[in-house]
Amino acid sequence: MKASRREFLKSALAASAALLPRSTFAQGSGPRVVVVGGGFAGASCARALRQSDARIAVTLVEANATFTACPFSNVVIGGLRELSAQQFTYERVAATGIAVARATATAVDAQARAVTLADGTRLPYDRLVLAPGIDIRWGALPGYDEAAAGHLPHAWRAGEQTLLLRRQLEAMDDGGLVVISAPANPFRCPPGPYERASLIAHYLKTRKPKSKLIVLDAKDAFSKQRLFQQAWAELYPGLLEWVPLSRGGKVISVDATTRTLVTDFGRHQAKVANVIPPQKAGRIADVAGVTDRSGWCPIDPVTFESRLQPGIHVIGDAAIAGAMPKSAFAANSQAKTCAAAVARLVTGATPSAPKLINTCYSLVAPDYGISVAGVYAPSSGQLAEVPGSGGVSPAEASRATRAIEAGLAEAWFRTITAEVFG
Amino acid sequence: MMRRALAAAIGVVAVAAAPVASAEPPAGAAACSGCHPASARVTSPVPRLVGLDQAAIVRAMQDFRAGKRTATVMDRIAKGFTDEEIQAIAAWYAAQR
Repeated sequence: MKASRREFLKSALAASAALLPRSTFAQGSGPRVVVVGGGFAGASCARALRQSDARIAVTLVEANATFTACPFSNVVIGGLRELSAQQFTYERVAATGIAVARATATAVDAQARAVTLADGTRLPYDRLVLAPGIDIRWGALPGYDEAAAGHLPHAWRAGEQTLLLRRQLEAMDDGGLVVISAPANPFRCPPGPYERASLIAHYLKTRKPKSKLIVLDAKDAFSKQRLFQQAWAELYPGLLEWVPLSRGGKVISVDATTRTLVTDFGRHQAKVANVIPPQKAGRIADVAGVTDRSGWCPIDPVTFESRLQPGIHVIGDAAIAGAMPKSAFAANSQAKTCAAAVARLVTGATPSAPKLINTCYSLVAPDYGISVAGVYAPSSGQLAEVPGSGGVSPAEASRATRAIEAGLAEAWFRTITAEVFG
Repeated sequence: MMRRALAAAIGVVAVAAAPVASAEPPAGAAACSGCHPASARVTSPVPRLVGLDQAAIVRAMQDFRAGKRTATVMDRIAKGFTDEEIQAIAAWYAAQR
């Protein structure tokens, strides 16, 4: 199985390398930009670059043929959406004249300005954009390694892990204990653990009402907290319990075989355990030398160029983007800002000061949506929230308003995925 | 006759607007399409901004900012933009096709 999969991958890689237009490797005329990572950040940036200047030869390096989106994957876990609704291919991206290299980037030579792919192909660049998303910090939580994730899914990169968690919930008897472990900041999608808790609670309430859900948290505060807690009290009383850091919520180790999560205050043996572990920038960022000691990537707030390696830009979840959260909307907004800056830099022009937006919806129930929004601008070398702007949905709002926001959440997903992959 | 004159006038406007349409979006403009569909093929309750009247966009943003127009998120977002920025964004979207 392993060997045949490897063989298949090898031939797929060879085929994809052969499919690369000649212009990918060496173009005499236009500037060359290589983008690594085909998620909301990378694919958006590649397309925005092509749109801003058709003379730029853009190569998008992505290991997977199919992208599986994280936003709305909590609805899949809650049993109300299929994973196929989360999946997108790169056909339309390639049709815009972007060379899509289906391969893993294994090395970056920042001096010579070239990326090396797993099959040895070298892609020279004038500017490199890294959009690698997140990697799990395996081992940072004692007992939680790749094997443990097969029993206690993280489901924090959507795909097979999402389905595993859903199947475990479906297989659980009514009356079981479900435990979610939420990490300390920073991590991908700050309100994500709480949306997930909400939609699992919704599943339990409608299908397995004698069950209980505990969220063990390594923090005392979280995104949209007041709105979530208000909705939990209304929708899931007695079913969903949140345990903050100060009340012993921080998970310090796990035992995958017995599905036990250990805190300083006790042990929780779960029927289903979702461990959302500590994270860091995706691997290629480390390889390229653009991560600092935090494991994330410091950047310039105007261009998203790395503070550590000139000529390399970092966008999306991997970047330290000041006040901007690690969300798909933020990644898309950053991608377009970075593309405009790169398009100027490769022609010797000076990038102008940007303004960025984030809007992020969470579902507390299928017909109950809440949001956070923010506007950001460079200030003292960081992306800072524009004073007086942004904030969360009002605490006092009718269920009709919450239903409108749930509808807007779905519209947002359709819109952004159409822009990036359609 | 009238219609032909109007069509000609629109034609002139379109030609005049063409260089603007291809220009780089002003600060903040590119982010809008995260929710406001760039493509007419997307179904959304959120209006497309492409080709909208400049004055209408400006008025909407000012009303959102002042809390005079009902909103879910646009009140919070409009507060992050100055009059000059709103004018530039509205002009750019009005010129897009």
